[in-house]
Amino acid sequence: MKNKYDVLVIGGGPAGALAAKTAVDKGLSACIVEKRPAIGAPVRCAEGIGKEALQEFIDPNPRWISAEMTGAGIVAPDGFLMKLESNLAGNKVGYILDRKIFDRELVWRAAEAGADVAVKTRASSPIIENGYVIGAKVESCGNVMNVTADVVIAADGVESKFSRWCGIDTTVPVREIMSSVQYVLTDIDIDPHSTVFFLGNDVAPEGYLWIFPKGERSANVGIGISGKKSGEGHRAKDYLDRFVKKTFPQGKLIEHIAGGVSVCRPLDCTVGDGLIITGDAARVVDPLTGGGIYNSMYTGRLAAEVAVESIGSGEVSKKALMVYDRTWRASKMGKAIERNYHIKEYLIRLPDTKLNEIIHSVSKINLKEFTTMSLIKEIICINPKLMIELGALAASIR
Amino acid sequence: MLKVHRDICGYCGCCVSVCPEGALELIDAYLCIEKSCTSCGICAKVCPLGALEVVNEK
Ligand SMILES: Cc1cc2nc3c(=O)[nH]c(=O)nc-3n(C[C@H](O)[C@H](O)[C@H](O)COP(=O)(O)OP(=O)(O)OC[C@H]3O[C@@H](n4cnc5c(N)ncnc54)[C@H](O)[C@@H]3O)c2cc1C
Ligand code: SF4
Ligand code: SF4
Repeated sequence: MKNKYDVLVIGGGPAGALAAKTAVDKGLSACIVEKRPAIGAPVRCAEGIGKEALQEFIDPNPRWISAEMTGAGIVAPDGFLMKLESNLAGNKVGYILDRKIFDRELVWRAAEAGADVAVKTRASSPIIENGYVIGAKVESCGNVMNVTADVVIAADGVESKFSRWCGIDTTVPVREIMSSVQYVLTDIDIDPHSTVFFLGNDVAPEGYLWIFPKGERSANVGIGISGKKSGEGHRAKDYLDRFVKKTFPQGKLIEHIAGGVSVCRPLDCTVGDGLIITGDAARVVDPLTGGGIYNSMYTGRLAAEVAVESIGSGEVSKKALMVYDRTWRASKMGKAIERNYHIKEYLIRLPDTKLNEIIHSVSKINLKEFTTMSLIKEIICINPKLMIELGALAASIR
Repeated sequence: MLKVHRDICGYCGCCVSVCPEGALELIDAYLCIEKSCTSCGICAKVCPLGALEVVNEK
């Protein structure tokens, strides 16, 4: 690690990896600092990603794909299973990744392209000069050093402390943090090519419980509940343990992870003087699905593209970097976040009886496309009443 | 005072993201509590594993 780079990236997740790779591909020097001793571990993810979303960044490789999905199931609060099969039989709709390997692959590609990488190296405070973020103090195995850069890209995930130290409030509202636990279970009976989502106030209040297959007889079985609904005796872990005991009493637990997923609106502003905030740190997770891998890669890449332009023109002020903020908000991703935020807010207020009603009535649909949005469209199509309840939102969906 | 049950903590960072004071910091697997903590208990509520507890000072 040197003490000066064009771009300094805080965090070695998908956002940081794409940021560093893009910067060096375009001829800048870049360094990723990652506080954990290993990239990708422990996993903080259910590892699901859509086929097309993934391919926008990288060609699928069996080395880091655990399983291919051809369908999905949604279990209503009353236990009724709605199956969604891809129109074309056998057609892949998504993947369950192996993020320990996937995240490493992304960072490895950045390193191979010329980026420096330092693990077990934590940014402990920003270096600020005349209001500009010009680098970070980093601590690595007992050594402290100052690393300066023209632009710092914060890709430090859900904790998002770096931007906070720069004076930007990144606090997630309690009701909008998904308090999550996930087990990797093996030796269980599952459909190995279908994800399953369980809804309902007794199963996962203001969230959902998932089974994402990792192989013929193993899966990520996890849950996220609203922080508002969490408390002593009724935490994410309590709900998950109850479900696993009932559903997979013979399952063997080979991995136990926890996590937090923000389902709030993105930060009001995702840039500062000399600073760009990306991925989970910018709170750009899809508020409806809790998916953030794609959004992190997208914002990481965009951040570096804007950094390259700005450094090239010698102007890295907040005003100059605002191109980043405006571009992602106007993108397909930005619009999906805004729309899905409203849908989430609507859905979490529905009582179980209403959810049952909706799921039963749409159980026979044949989706043309396999996306969350096509499902929502069908739901509205079949429940015209819902359109009135959704009000202005419905118009934005059609 | 906020107490971390380190045997329970899964060092996931969920608590860090909701602390209004920015008083929590994960150093890899070790959760640190800074002086700015007001013992408000928000982090203890959201912890998915139940590793945080606000205990009365003696
Ligand atoms: C239980 C759970 C299930 C999920 N399931 C899915 C899913 O199925 N599909 C999906 O798309 N998304 C899912 N997500 C969300 C997804 O995991 C995240 O959106 C994604 O990992 C965010 O990428 P990132 O690069 O922004 O941050 P991260 O991947 O979180 O990377 C941030 C990195 O920064 C490091 N870091 C933090 N602070 C510092 C510092 N000061 N100095 C140096 N390094 C630092 C961290 O150690 C970390 O490695 C899930 C999340 C959870 C918790
Ligand atoms: S939320 Fe709980 S398990 Fe996660 S880091 Fe905080 S104390 Fe540890
Ligand atoms: S008790 Fe409140 S102030 Fe203290 S660490 Fe937890 S959330 Fe922050």
